[in-house]
Amino acid sequence: MDASTWVPTRTPPNLLARLFDYKPFLICVCLAPALGLLLVFLTYPLGLGIWLAFTDAEIGRSGSWVGLENFDSLMEDRVFLNAVWFTVFYTAAATVVKFALGLWLALLLNHHIPFKSIIRAIILMPFIVPTVLSAIAFWWIYDPQFSILSYVLVDVLHWRDTYIDFLGTPWAARWSLIAANIWRGIPFVAITLLAGLQTISPALYEAALLDGASPWQRFRFVTTPLLMPILAVVLTFSVLFTFTDFQLVYAITRGGPINSTHLMATLAFQRGIPGSQLGEGAAIAVAMIPFLVLATLLSYFALARRKWQQGPENE
Amino acid sequence: MATVSIRSVRKAFGSTEVLHGVDVEVQDGEFVILVGPSGCGKSTLLRMIAGLENITRGEIAIGGRVVNNVAPKERDIAMVFQNYALYPHMTVRDNMAFSLKLAKAPPAVISDKVGRAADILGLTPYLDRYPRQLSGGQRQRVAMGRAIVRDPQVFLFDEPLSNLDAKLRVQMRAEIKDLHQRLKTTTVYVTHDQIEAMTMADKIVVMHAGNVEQIGAPLELYDRPANLFVAGFIGSPAMNFFKGRVESGAFRFDGAQLPLPRAAPGVNGASVIYGVRPEHWQLSADGIDAVVHVLEPTGSETQVMARIADTPVVCAFRERITAQPGESIRIAPDPALVHLFDEKTGVRLN
Ligand SMILES: Nc1ncnc2c1ncn2[C@@H]1O[C@H](COP(=O)(O)OP(=O)(O)OP(=O)(O)O)[C@@H](O)[C@H]1O
Ligand SMILES: [Mg+2]
Repeated sequence: MDASTWVPTRTPPNLLARLFDYKPFLICVCLAPALGLLLVFLTYPLGLGIWLAFTDAEIGRSGSWVGLENFDSLMEDRVFLNAVWFTVFYTAAATVVKFALGLWLALLLNHHIPFKSIIRAIILMPFIVPTVLSAIAFWWIYDPQFSILSYVLVDVLHWRDTYIDFLGTPWAARWSLIAANIWRGIPFVAITLLAGLQTISPALYEAALLDGASPWQRFRFVTTPLLMPILAVVLTFSVLFTFTDFQLVYAITRGGPINSTHLMATLAFQRGIPGSQLGEGAAIAVAMIPFLVLATLLSYFALARRKWQQGPENE
Repeated sequence: MATVSIRSVRKAFGSTEVLHGVDVEVQDGEFVILVGPSGCGKSTLLRMIAGLENITRGEIAIGGRVVNNVAPKERDIAMVFQNYALYPHMTVRDNMAFSLKLAKAPPAVISDKVGRAADILGLTPYLDRYPRQLSGGQRQRVAMGRAIVRDPQVFLFDEPLSNLDAKLRVQMRAEIKDLHQRLKTTTVYVTHDQIEAMTMADKIVVMHAGNVEQIGAPLELYDRPANLFVAGFIGSPAMNFFKGRVESGAFRFDGAQLPLPRAAPGVNGASVIYGVRPEHWQLSADGIDAVVHVLEPTGSETQVMARIADTPVVCAFRERITAQPGESIRIAPDPALVHLFDEKTGVRLN
């Protein structure tokens, strides 16, 4: 026998091998673990939460279906409406300042400055301290009697005569919380934007320099447009984190004074667990979903791959 | 248009000096190429002319004005970067118009200048594309267009062709040269490719380890390299070198002997290095024996790798060679075209 007459003989594959060659089966097998995890850890709690929002469940009593009753009563609820308003305000104010300061820090760190790595480490600090711990620190900073801020302003600098009651009046408490959130959120913004800045080729700045661009023009025409894609991602995440914030507010003010600093998340917890109105708490939590979807959609469109970016065609 | 004068320029990064006193005069409208092996400081020198690196010592003058302390944008130069540095978020049109917009030129002037540059470079169909939608050669042209619209005193190019494939490189080489002949703008061009240097330059500056080895017209460097480094660097395939002594009117090495150049000075008895370009060997019955190792016919010529005694030698012949590997051929250099260098200093002797 020579090569021209030789025919390869194959033994027919057995049943198991054929099964694994069958594409639909293979897809199901490969997807199963991921789907299972999603189902158990994501879909079930979310589904349960949404279901509870339409019942009058309380702790210890599985409720029955009440339709939109929870939402109807929330629409009349001053505390809830106030929480919605404050959540939006809190998110907007904190995000604006976080981005302004974060971008400024990132630009600073992107230059050659002395002690760069130490400064970078210091900036990361708020991020690595557990939130509850820093909340307790802020609680002390904002204490009416022992506040270090009041001490400095009154006893050291003599700029004021009286100690500040940071958490005693609604507006003071609101701004105090926003300041704490900004402090907590800046590292994330600064470090991610710094990573974004470092992807911009220095040659582009040199080209712009030779083209006659001033520092401001380089920022405006080179840095900003090239940073936009990453800025949009960071903005989305920052808005989502801030909107759903719970720990800082709950640890510092618990929603007080007189419910003026409740965020939707803290109010939902307050009503659902200590107040044992599970159904109502769930309804408040569910009411956050449209806001979050809206924020995500907005940033999705802002994020939409820009024409100039690398990647598949998108016209 | 302007002259560029580089006078005893030194550059140090921290404590390491990378340029050790460089002097170059570029005439108005001249096309000067800085060439040298990787790391010899070509880009650094170019960036100093552009103002992207400061000048440690010495001075650089553009059009008679010392620019050591002049900001890059005031120097009226345009640079084409090795990786082109096109703004990825701007169309071809906006890339070319950017400097004019910053200079607040009227829109009519901008569109006129951009249109003309696009015309010269054949970019008109691509004006509304983004850089990522262009081929390498097209990007290269956009980078040149960005320089042209500025109408600068001096063009600076840093290895603009090194990212292109061989064929495109030859084409762009011709285009750049053609462009220079049309615009007559003073140009300083950096490359490590000596063929690019030979074919494009009015004047070549050969650099090596932070020093200038020789400055001259391409054929001058080819005909009379000032030292061993330039001799070995210019020309392809590279010059053959033989180490030996001059004794009684001939060059002797490894028991073989080669004729001395006619204008041989009093080098009798000296240890020298004898250089012959591959294309300056001739087949000759009274030449010396070389054992053929490899034959590479390219059609127009035949390259032969051979050995004289123990020294490898490369020859390029116009005529067809019939010898087989292992056979001997008899070859002789044209004595008018051989080079002698001092063995210790590497300086040319004839
Ligand atoms: N920013 C810098 N800091 C320290 N050393 C540098 C810096 N830039 C360049 N050098 C050094 O200066 C020398 C010359 O560099 P340069 O980039 O000018 O080389 P080149 O001739 O352009 O080489 P190539 O052909 O590889 O581009 C190199 O030894 C390099 O290591
Ligand atoms: Mg270089």
